[in-house]
Amino acid sequence: MIQHVTDPVLEVHDLTVSYQRKPVLWDVDLTLPHKSLVGVIGPNGAGKSTLIKAIMGLLPLNSGYVQLFGKSLDEIRKKVSYVPQRESVDWDFPASALDVAMMGTYGQLGLFSRPGAKQKQQALEALEKVGMQDFANRQISQLSGGQQQRVFLARALAQDADLYLMDEPFAGVDIATETAIIELLRQMREAGKTVVVVHHDLQSAQDYFDWVILLNMRLVASGPTAETLTPALLEKTYGGRLTELSRVSELLHKKNFPIREKKPVRP
Amino acid sequence: MNTLWEFLSMSDANVRYVTLGSILLAASSAVVGCFTVLRKRALVGDAVAHAVLPGVCLAFMLTGEKNQLILLLGSFLTGWLSLVVIDFITAKSRIKEDTAIGLVLSVFFGVGILFLTSIQHSGNENQSGLDKFLFGSAAALVGQDLVTFGIVAVLLLLSVVLLYKEFKLISFDVAYARTIGLPVRGLELLLTTLTVLAVVVGIQSVGVVLMSAMLITPAAAARFWTDRLGVMVVIAAAMSAFCGAAGAFVSYTAPAMPTGPWIVMLLSLLAIFSFVLAPKTGLAARLLLQRKVRRQMMRENILKTLFLLGEAQDNYSHSYSNKQIRDRRELPLLRMKEGLLVLRRQGLVTKSSQGWALTDAGKKEAQRVVRLHRLWELYLTQYLQVASDHVHEDAESIEHVLTPELERRLEELLDYPTQDPHQTIIPQQP
Repeated sequence: MIQHVTDPVLEVHDLTVSYQRKPVLWDVDLTLPHKSLVGVIGPNGAGKSTLIKAIMGLLPLNSGYVQLFGKSLDEIRKKVSYVPQRESVDWDFPASALDVAMMGTYGQLGLFSRPGAKQKQQALEALEKVGMQDFANRQISQLSGGQQQRVFLARALAQDADLYLMDEPFAGVDIATETAIIELLRQMREAGKTVVVVHHDLQSAQDYFDWVILLNMRLVASGPTAETLTPALLEKTYGGRLTELSRVSELLHKKNFPIREKKPVRP
Repeated sequence: MNTLWEFLSMSDANVRYVTLGSILLAASSAVVGCFTVLRKRALVGDAVAHAVLPGVCLAFMLTGEKNQLILLLGSFLTGWLSLVVIDFITAKSRIKEDTAIGLVLSVFFGVGILFLTSIQHSGNENQSGLDKFLFGSAAALVGQDLVTFGIVAVLLLLSVVLLYKEFKLISFDVAYARTIGLPVRGLELLLTTLTVLAVVVGIQSVGVVLMSAMLITPAAAARFWTDRLGVMVVIAAAMSAFCGAAGAFVSYTAPAMPTGPWIVMLLSLLAIFSFVLAPKTGLAARLLLQRKVRRQMMRENILKTLFLLGEAQDNYSHSYSNKQIRDRRELPLLRMKEGLLVLRRQGLVTKSSQGWALTDAGKKEAQRVVRLHRLWELYLTQYLQVASDHVHEDAESIEHVLTPELERRLEELLDYPTQDPHQTIIPQQP
């Protein structure tokens, strides 16, 4: 069940991505509607993070393309914001919560110019939105996991984008933080933004998201939550991997075959 | 004193060159080193330093003379090449970065030594002094060198000042930097080039082996004193500049003393000093904190013991001798006496001829500890399903940690209990 929309915020077209010559996502084709809260759901190793990273241009594509607001990423970068997994950085880095939130403004500043009062204001407002204003000057390693996650969100908010892609923002956060974050995401949706979230928990997915992408090395489903989170589709997503797909991946990796004979062309 | 004055006046041109050169070199490599360390590429500096040698020799072999600029160019090329090779090996093979660094370092250095030996046996008279690159010789700095150093130092500092926020971001979170459209590849290349540049100019005064210390040590030492990147960079540079000047001074007073090793040694001393004495994060601060906690635990244990003795007889103002206290609970005698004296000073216990007794304030404090102990025991049995004969040991240590806020939480959770799992009364808040 793959539902497409007209005039999408995000269009992923025939996307194949591999890690170290091993395809982890096969021929993904999907579109997302405006003003929605989207959950990317699937078992471990299903390629959820890979999908987000590929959309953000962090991984080379073997085939296909990605369009945001009908344009390529390079043309529209400022309107798109990425929240990486919390474990992807070393939190012992000498920086305060405010420093990290300020990084969200670097994109609009451009090379060489220094962040000034305006950028600081933006960062402080972003910290306030995630309830971290009292910790602005705290060294980031002294924050709890949930607080670190909120600092990452603040950085994305400071960027003031229209589309947000978040890699596991609920991983390792306590229930109070999770509630606060989801409330914030809902507000963002009401303000007309689109938020895509990699998520683990099926139970909460039901009432968090209005659109769901089910993934397991290939796209199983993409559509409104009510029509997507059905027992049959979940069974298809979680009911074991397609062994043939894994075996072919393995073969491509071992024998050094190219994943596509031709390089992908941009539309 | 006189020597110091003579040194500081810098009337001797040679002193001026050596001192200024050392300061410039030390400070600029420290600044670049901060980013190298934060990007977890500390060993890379070492690899570059060793890889510089074949470049120097090759440049000499090709031109047959010791032209400063050409030697620098040669060393820059092989230093840079070594980094490219490390990146290539890491990206294209299963070999991990640390192994790749080890491989490249030794191969390049081996080739360098090979060249150096062949030059030494070639009979070229210009060759004397090439081996300076192995161990460095700051004392041989001349005006010409100083100009080169100055240019490189200004270049390094200028890049870091102009691209501070970019370097900060790529050191912290490369993926994010890429998504907001920073030219990450270019910036990384620039940072790498700056590292190579710092190594190439530094090597003449401290040598191949000690060069990586000039990059890493100040950064590592400075990290202890601050949690801000900007401050860290400034502290590292200041420490290094000071050590550079001090190293030059040492070799000025004792000409037999080599400048480079002295700089590195002083830097290492500063690093050890920081490691031990830095506030909060230093070894001494942590030991002091530990001692403070241990003493506080001892005092709370004494109060608790007096309280428990009183509880048995329902008389809390009775006095007990050291022996009686220690019969109830085994406490090391010396530490206990020490603790009792402090408690008396705080007005929590009094001493009479029969021994020690709780004051009213002391009883209150003891009650608080006992209360936390029993609350925790109850929490463990109810929420963690721990058997009631196992909870005591646990509560013995937790009672010292619980904050008033947690105490309130526990009370709420347990619905304001009055009895612990052993059916003993939980004293209420006075």
